[in-house]
Amino acid sequence: MTAAAFGAVAETPSPPRRRAWMRSEEARGLAMVSPTFLYALALLFLPVLIVIAYSFWTQNYLDIDRTFTLENYRQALTEPIYRDLFVRSLWISLTVSIVTVVFSYPVAWFISFHGGVHKNLWLFLVTVPCWTSYLLRVMSWKIILGYGGVMNTGLISMGLIDKPVTSLLYNSNAVVITLVHSWAAFAILPIYVSLQKVDRTLIEAARDLGDSRVRAFFRVTLPLSLPGVISAFLIVMIPTVGDYVTPRLVGGKDGVMIATAIQAQFGKGANWPLGAALSVTTMILVSLAAAAVVLALKFTVRRIK
Amino acid sequence: MSDRAMIQIEKVSKFYGIYMALDDVSLSIGEGEFFSLLGPSGCGKTTLLRSIAGFETPTAGEIYIDGVPSLALPPNKRPTNMVFQSYAIFPHLDVAENVAYGLKRLKLSPEEEKKRVGDALDMVRLSGLGQRKAHELSGGQRQRVALARALVMRPKVLLLDEPLSALDKKLREEMQVELRTLQKAVGITFILVTHDQYEALALSDRIAVMFGGRIAQIASPKEIYQRPRTRKVADFLGGMNFLNAKVLGEQANAVSVDAARFGAVNLVKPQGFAAASGHVTVGIRPERLRLLWDDDRAPHELTGRIENRAYFGEVTHLTVGIDGLEQPLSMVETNNFGADDLPVGAEIRLAYDPDAFVLLAEDPPVSRV
Repeated sequence: MTAAAFGAVAETPSPPRRRAWMRSEEARGLAMVSPTFLYALALLFLPVLIVIAYSFWTQNYLDIDRTFTLENYRQALTEPIYRDLFVRSLWISLTVSIVTVVFSYPVAWFISFHGGVHKNLWLFLVTVPCWTSYLLRVMSWKIILGYGGVMNTGLISMGLIDKPVTSLLYNSNAVVITLVHSWAAFAILPIYVSLQKVDRTLIEAARDLGDSRVRAFFRVTLPLSLPGVISAFLIVMIPTVGDYVTPRLVGGKDGVMIATAIQAQFGKGANWPLGAALSVTTMILVSLAAAAVVLALKFTVRRIK
Repeated sequence: MSDRAMIQIEKVSKFYGIYMALDDVSLSIGEGEFFSLLGPSGCGKTTLLRSIAGFETPTAGEIYIDGVPSLALPPNKRPTNMVFQSYAIFPHLDVAENVAYGLKRLKLSPEEEKKRVGDALDMVRLSGLGQRKAHELSGGQRQRVALARALVMRPKVLLLDEPLSALDKKLREEMQVELRTLQKAVGITFILVTHDQYEALALSDRIAVMFGGRIAQIASPKEIYQRPRTRKVADFLGGMNFLNAKVLGEQANAVSVDAARFGAVNLVKPQGFAAASGHVTVGIRPERLRLLWDDDRAPHELTGRIENRAYFGEVTHLTVGIDGLEQPLSMVETNNFGADDLPVGAEIRLAYDPDAFVLLAEDPPVSRV
C-alpha cells in the first residue's frame, strides 16, 4: 500500500507540489549538504567499496582475476604472521587509547574546572604540538628515546644507569609512547567539551547529599562526561590500529603493525586483493573492538549508583 | 517551633575581591521555624544561604548549625540539605535513584532504603513515578523530586534557593500551600530564599529583608508589612505612599508629626528614633486609603482628583492628586462598588485612618566598596 502510494506520487508529480517541496526546509537542507555529501561519497564511500571488491578477487601477475573468492580472507585469518600482526595492532591501539584517555582526562578536567578565564589559552597550548609535522613529532621521539638520546644521557647523568639502555626504542613500547603523545590533543578536546556540559550544580547537589569530592566525581562527573570519553576512545583507537608511520620509525621489528603488511601487499608484494582483504579485516576487527570497549564502558558506569 | 536556635549566624562577612556580598550579618533561626531571606537580586541572600550549606566560605564570622561551629565543615558533613533553584536533578538517574542518591552512603538494607524512598515520594505526591527519568518530568514534578531527595536525608535544616521561581503562577501558588503544609508536617527548619515578597509573606514564620549585603529588618510577615522599619523595606514589600512630615513633639513611645494635608498624626515611636532635622518620612499603604461614595462620611476625609487608573481584575489601582501634596497618592479599591468605572479627572473623596501611618527610619547609606 505504501509502495503504491509512493508510486502514484512519483508518476504524477503535480507541479505545485514539486514547487512546494523545492521551497521546503528539507529541500534546502539537502541542497546545503549536497556538495559535502557528494565529496564524501566520491572520496570515502567509493574507495571503500573498491577495496571491498578487490578483497574478493585474485591477483594474476599483472591482471586481476575477477571471479569471487574467499581465498584472501582465508590467508588473512589463518596465516600466523597476519594473526600475530592483527593481535599486536589491536593490542597496541587498545593500550594507546586507554593510556591516552587516562592521561587526557585529568588535563581536560583541569582545564574545564580550574582553567578559569584562561581556558582558551590552555586549549591553545594543548594543540601547539599538532602545529608541527606528524613526522617531526615522531622523529623527535627517536631523539628522546634513542641510544644516545635525551632519556639515556639524562638517566646516566643522574647516576641511575651506567650505560645507555637499548630497550627504549624500536619496540612496541616506543610505539605506544609516541602514539599517546601524538593523539593526546584529540582525546583532550572531546573530553573537555563533555566536561564543559556537566552542570556544576549537579556536583554541588551530590556534595550536598553527602558525597566527598572524590565520590561526587565518580558518581556524577564521570558518568555525565562518558560521551566525551567514548568519543576520545574511538578517535584514538580507530586511526592507531592502522598507523603506518610510527611503527615504521620507532617500532623496529617488534613494533611492526598490520599497516606495514598491508603496505607490503600493495607495494612490493604486488598482491592487491590480499592487501584489500587485510584492510577490510582490520576495519571489521577495529569496529568490533571499539564496540566492545564502548559497551564495557557504558556498562561499568551504569553500575555506579 | 521551639525557642532553641538551630542556626546562629554571627558577624558573617563575605568579600569577592573588593566587592562586599555580606556585611556583618548576624541572625538566629529557631528549630522548626520557616524563615525567609527576602531581597532584590544581588542583596546577598543566596550567598548567605550557600554559606549555610557550605558552598561559600565567608571571609569573617561563624555559622553555628545546631550549636556546632560549621564554617570548617564541607557541605557533605553538614546536617543541611538544599533544594536548588534549577532543581539539579541528576539526568543519568531515574526519580527513585535520584531520591536514593544520598541514602547510599548510609548503607541501609535494600528494604529500608526502598521504604524511605517510597515514603519520600509519597510525601511529595510522586508515588508511582519512581522509574521516570529527569527529562520526562514537568517543572512541578522536578521540584517535588528535588524536595523529596533533600527531605529523605532527614536534615536538621532544609535550604530552599528560590525553589518556586521557575514555575508558572498557578503552580507556584499550589506549591506554596504544599511547602507550608509539608514544613508543618516534618517540623524541620526551612530557610527560603526568595525575591517574591508575597511568597515570603505567605510562607514564613519570620522574614529577614536584605539590601546590599545587610539585614534591614527581621520580623514576622505581619509586622514587617505593617511596621516596616525603613523606607526601602516598606517599598520592597508592596506599595507605599511616602510623605515628608514635620515633627511636632516627642513622647516616650510616640511621636506626633504634621503630615501635610493629613494633619497632625500620632505615630508609634520606633526604637532608637532620632529626628535629626525635625523632618521625618511617614508612609501609608495604598489599601489603607478608602474611596468614599455619595453619602459616606468618615472622621478623616480628603478630596482629590483621579490622575490615573489601572484595572487589575478584582481591584483597581488609582492615582489621586491632592492639592498641597507633592506626590499623588496611590490607592487600591475593590471593584465591588464600581471603582473601575470612575473616569480619569473625576473628583473624589477619600477616607484615611491616622493610626495607619508608619514612621520610617532613614536607610543606612550604602557602604559598598
